[in-house]
Amino acid sequence: MKNLIRTTIGATVMSLLASTALADGHSKTLTIATVNNGDMIRMQKYTDDFTKKTGHKVEWVTLEENVLRQRVTTDITTKGGAFDIMTIGMYETPIWGKNGWLVSLNDLSAEYDAADILPAMKGGLSYEGTMFAAPFYGESSMVMYRSDLMEKAGMKMPDAPTWEFIRKAAAAMTDRDNEINGICLRGKAGWGEGGAFITAMSNSFGARWFDEKWNAQFDTEEWKNTLTFFKGMMTESGPPGYATNGFNENLSLFQQGKCGMWIDATVAASFVTNPKDSTVADKVGFALAPDNGLGKRSNWLWAWALAIPAGTKKEAAAKEFIEWATSKSYIELVAEKEGWANVPPGARTSLYENPNYKDIPFAKMTLDSILSADPDNSTVKPSPYVGVQFAAIPEFAGIATDVSQEFSAAYAGQQTIEEALAKAQALTNDAMEAAGYK
Amino acid sequence: MARSITTQRKTINTVLAWAIGLLIFFPILWTILTSFKTEAQAINDPPIFLFFDWTLENYSVVQERSNYARFLWNSIFIAGGSTLLGVIIAIPAAWSMAFVPSKRTKDILLWMLSTKMLPAVGVLYPIYLLFIKFGLLDSVLGLTIVIMLINLPIIVWMLYTYFREIPVDILEAARMDGASLKSEILYVLTPMAVPGIASTLLLNFILAWNEAFWTLNLTAAKAGPLTAFIASYSSPEGLFYAKLSAASTMAILPILILGWFSQKQLVRGLTFGAVK
Repeated sequence: MKNLIRTTIGATVMSLLASTALADGHSKTLTIATVNNGDMIRMQKYTDDFTKKTGHKVEWVTLEENVLRQRVTTDITTKGGAFDIMTIGMYETPIWGKNGWLVSLNDLSAEYDAADILPAMKGGLSYEGTMFAAPFYGESSMVMYRSDLMEKAGMKMPDAPTWEFIRKAAAAMTDRDNEINGICLRGKAGWGEGGAFITAMSNSFGARWFDEKWNAQFDTEEWKNTLTFFKGMMTESGPPGYATNGFNENLSLFQQGKCGMWIDATVAASFVTNPKDSTVADKVGFALAPDNGLGKRSNWLWAWALAIPAGTKKEAAAKEFIEWATSKSYIELVAEKEGWANVPPGARTSLYENPNYKDIPFAKMTLDSILSADPDNSTVKPSPYVGVQFAAIPEFAGIATDVSQEFSAAYAGQQTIEEALAKAQALTNDAMEAAGYK
Repeated sequence: MARSITTQRKTINTVLAWAIGLLIFFPILWTILTSFKTEAQAINDPPIFLFFDWTLENYSVVQERSNYARFLWNSIFIAGGSTLLGVIIAIPAAWSMAFVPSKRTKDILLWMLSTKMLPAVGVLYPIYLLFIKFGLLDSVLGLTIVIMLINLPIIVWMLYTYFREIPVDILEAARMDGASLKSEILYVLTPMAVPGIASTLLLNFILAWNEAFWTLNLTAAKAGPLTAFIASYSSPEGLFYAKLSAASTMAILPILILGWFSQKQLVRGLTFGAVK
């Protein structure tokens, strides 16, 4: 009898412990910091699918891009542990990976098919061969143009235009009486706003941020040519006040039919072709970002990706979430519920081989743009940094914000291009010297 | 003649006051109007003022996407808690500075105010590390303490100014009648300074409600108040102005209502002691 009681108590305790352990092992609540954009918000809507499959719950912290950057940077540098998964970009990933702040994602399951991730994306989200973040969606930049205005101007947009063609077409499409600006581009200060555009553009003009010894290069003819061309073209054919226009301002102008051309993120293609928001949805064509005959185009490369901070206690569950969110089956889930035009683009090769997706008007140009960007070899002359529209060093964001402020002041006519470049040269060299690069 | 000039001046002053009031209120009105527009109408050029198809779609999207009640509760707890806690600490401090000043009182008051001159980001990392150490990250309690500490100099200064207007003779009379320190503060000083204390409470509640730096940087999924709720609708890559306006309207509505109903007390308190 005693034995029976002992056995019963023992079995009960064991089963209670086992069930607690099982519950602990199988049911976690993940806290995910993410950025507020259409694709990420859509993913939040389908989180139930993940919970149903794995038992894990998800709590979202959605923030504006710049606030998110500050928030997750504070947390990861202090090992705060507030988040189990962070949404970060191509700029942060190699730097944080190098510092040992992120969990390696090289061991994701075979079904996940990591080999299917576009090589440009995988490369940009890795450090020394280790992938530290999985791309949720990727983007490059390309030309979006009004096909009706182009036809009216008697011109035809090539698939791969030059900057000279773009300038001529912009002038021909400009109709000030009807408030149509031939071209809309970012001039707004900020390393991720106008700074990203002008850096990508400068690559096609043969410019670079640094030489091989980390000396600033703003005193070169290439940079002067880039800024002179940009300001000249925008003065002729750009909207008034372009020096303060960023992505949203140009999107608004384009959707209201006030831009002949807009060179910006490929992700904008789904906005400008959406008849619910855009008045020109059925009149938009796409082309590669322009070049200058020097072998480099002016398109950038970016991805919003999911990464796991080192030290999280929920690493296994976090990996399960990343596998779910960046998988082929998630893309199929979105396609089934909301159509192929709304699936997160630019991350997987198989998406661009899918016959259903090939019918989307901007699909091919998005892929071609992504494939033509090379973060390891983005400049005509050799450079010591990785990145197309940025240099993947911790100091870049601060320096580039200051530099872009000088450039915006030059666009607004508050100083000359020569003055802006001289200030950019001085402040960049000072910052690099202070950071110990020289 | 003199009477007509006064009437004319009164009219001008009234018109001017209304014009300035409307000018200040216009951004809030525009936010409320935009919240009832579609995203396309929100960015229309020229802007549409009143004649558009009013829609509640943005509110329904915001309700569906976010747990508004949780953000609202956090805001009420943090703003209310930090204000109450601050006043409890500040009343004895202000009493001591107003009625028993020492040689260093003025220096202490200025030093307290000087802490407000430091940019908040300057102490972000030390405070973040302290929060990790004490397990206060993403907790309503932690935020209540931090916001109370941030607003404490203002609370002390405001109460000190009000207390200085109260004749010290009345307190001395209470002491002669045998009132203890506690009774003097609780039953003599506090009732006399009610308008001042009320306006201090209201102003600090509003300041705490609107605080956005610490509430964004020290919270994650649990303790975020309405400022974090608004921040989740802002985006530099995508036009979501109508939804952002709906979220903003939902966030400011409670404080607008509170301000509207308590404006008399607020004005009375702010002008307390201004005219002798």
